[in-house]
Amino acid sequence: MSNILAIAQKELKSYFVSPIAYALLAIYALISGWFSLIAIANFIEISMQPQGGPADLNGYVIAPVVSNAGVLSLFLIPMITMRLFAEEKRSGTIELLVTSPVTDLEIILGKWLGAMGMYASILLVKLFCLSFVFMFGNPDWRPLATAYLGMFLQGGALLAIGMFISNTTKNQIVAGATTFGMALLFWTFDWATTFKADGWAKVLAYLSLTAHFGAFARGVIDSKDVIFFVSVIVLGIFLTARSLESLRWRA
Amino acid sequence: MIKVEGVSKRYARFTAVDNVSFEVAKGQIVGFLGPNGAGKTTTMRILTCFQPPSEGKASVAGFDVVDQPMEVKRRIGYLPETPPLYPDMEVGEYLDFVGKLKGLRGNDLAKRVAEVSDKINIGDVRAKLIAKLSKGYKQRVGLAQALLHNPDVLILDEPTSGLDPKQILETRELIKGLAGDHTIILSTHILPEVESTCERVVIISKGKLVATDTVANLTHRMRGAENVGVEVEGRDGALDTKAAQQRLEQVAGVSKVILREEKNNRALFEVESLQGRSIRADLARAVVEGGFSLTELKAAGMSLEDVFLQLTATESEKGEAA
Repeated sequence: MSNILAIAQKELKSYFVSPIAYALLAIYALISGWFSLIAIANFIEISMQPQGGPADLNGYVIAPVVSNAGVLSLFLIPMITMRLFAEEKRSGTIELLVTSPVTDLEIILGKWLGAMGMYASILLVKLFCLSFVFMFGNPDWRPLATAYLGMFLQGGALLAIGMFISNTTKNQIVAGATTFGMALLFWTFDWATTFKADGWAKVLAYLSLTAHFGAFARGVIDSKDVIFFVSVIVLGIFLTARSLESLRWRA
Repeated sequence: MIKVEGVSKRYARFTAVDNVSFEVAKGQIVGFLGPNGAGKTTTMRILTCFQPPSEGKASVAGFDVVDQPMEVKRRIGYLPETPPLYPDMEVGEYLDFVGKLKGLRGNDLAKRVAEVSDKINIGDVRAKLIAKLSKGYKQRVGLAQALLHNPDVLILDEPTSGLDPKQILETRELIKGLAGDHTIILSTHILPEVESTCERVVIISKGKLVATDTVANLTHRMRGAENVGVEVEGRDGALDTKAAQQRLEQVAGVSKVILREEKNNRALFEVESLQGRSIRADLARAVVEGGFSLTELKAAGMSLEDVFLQLTATESEKGEAA
């Protein structure tokens, strides 16, 4: 366990000693602020309408902001995961990790936790934007909490997949682009249901990240969705482990 | 300490290491010698559990590299060809991280990092970013990394490559100083390095083991007979070279005398002896008794370089014939 933490700590630190963390945080803060601004402006507009009465803060501000966060993570996560293994393979430091008395699983979990740490710091920025809503209004905090749980699970799943992809190449750009493509594909799989309602379309739709994240954004925790994300996390870690092992046979 | 038995590593298209066996005793420094691409790095990677052998068995301190990799890794310090450094980290930070990877914690960790920094002389750069270090310092930090957990076995892949001559000397001294406490395997394609630092040498070429012996034995074995350089000076001005040569040829056990150089009243001969005979004392007596002055007498043994070229050349000729 302490090996995992040592690796996670180093991983998280390496984001913050390079410009990566600051670039990601700054871009995210900007976009997140923009989204919040629009949501709040929209909320004010609706509240002003004579027949509307007091609008629902959760429905008009928090829900759109968090569901946008789901989309935003598609862009962010490849930037977090692309270096995880690709960089170590290129610079040769992978030899240090693999020949140290730590297990492959410890290395992988450590890296995944470090990436989760980076992702969590980004999500904190969004919480800062939303804190103003709590300061001046009185929304229900519980849907926000479930949305955050959803973002963590979805992020964890994408990070695990991205980590696996990063382990298959020495090139960070390839890793990032592939991860982004995969994330986008999984995000839009439920579009299949627009022209077909059963059979393979249903299977694809089930694999869609949108479908599973949507409920969290609405404040619903469905065990089906939790199981889905946890399975993807386990799958990603398993694939990374296999791929790290294959490095030993090929390298 | 290290035992390699019939180890091979095959890839789809070529064989990197082919049936190599050798042993290294505790506390020895062994030079692992071979041209570039001979399979040195692959063999080292097998020993460090980075990759498993396709065939054969290798063990470190009695632990098999395939069955008990954790035990092996705990006992090995490995410096790959490019030191595994994180350029964004400070030296101290890096050593702390590696120490943790090697299982050191708390006081032990701080103590070992301080000890090793002291030994390797990197105390003054501990707060520096690794990316800003000179090549020599980077190499030293890499060496420090391998030493942190005080491993029984050190495996160093070309530890002096890319360093300037002064740094090379320093690094060699450093490595020599580590012998005894640690068993060391050091790979290199630089021959003088082996002669100056190692006790034993393992020569490998095209994945095959060519020779393994002590440095002294190997040069001796290849030399077969003793070669002696003799410089002779005439006592009163002119030197009768022919007479001197004849005189040398008459010494018992001499098989051949070659005149190498002639200058003023001096001549340099190379004398070859029959195998297994020591003729230096007899040569000296013959020169003096013949009325000449003996100005120099030295064993002109074959250098490891010659041995190496001879061994690897015959190997490649055989390969081409086959």
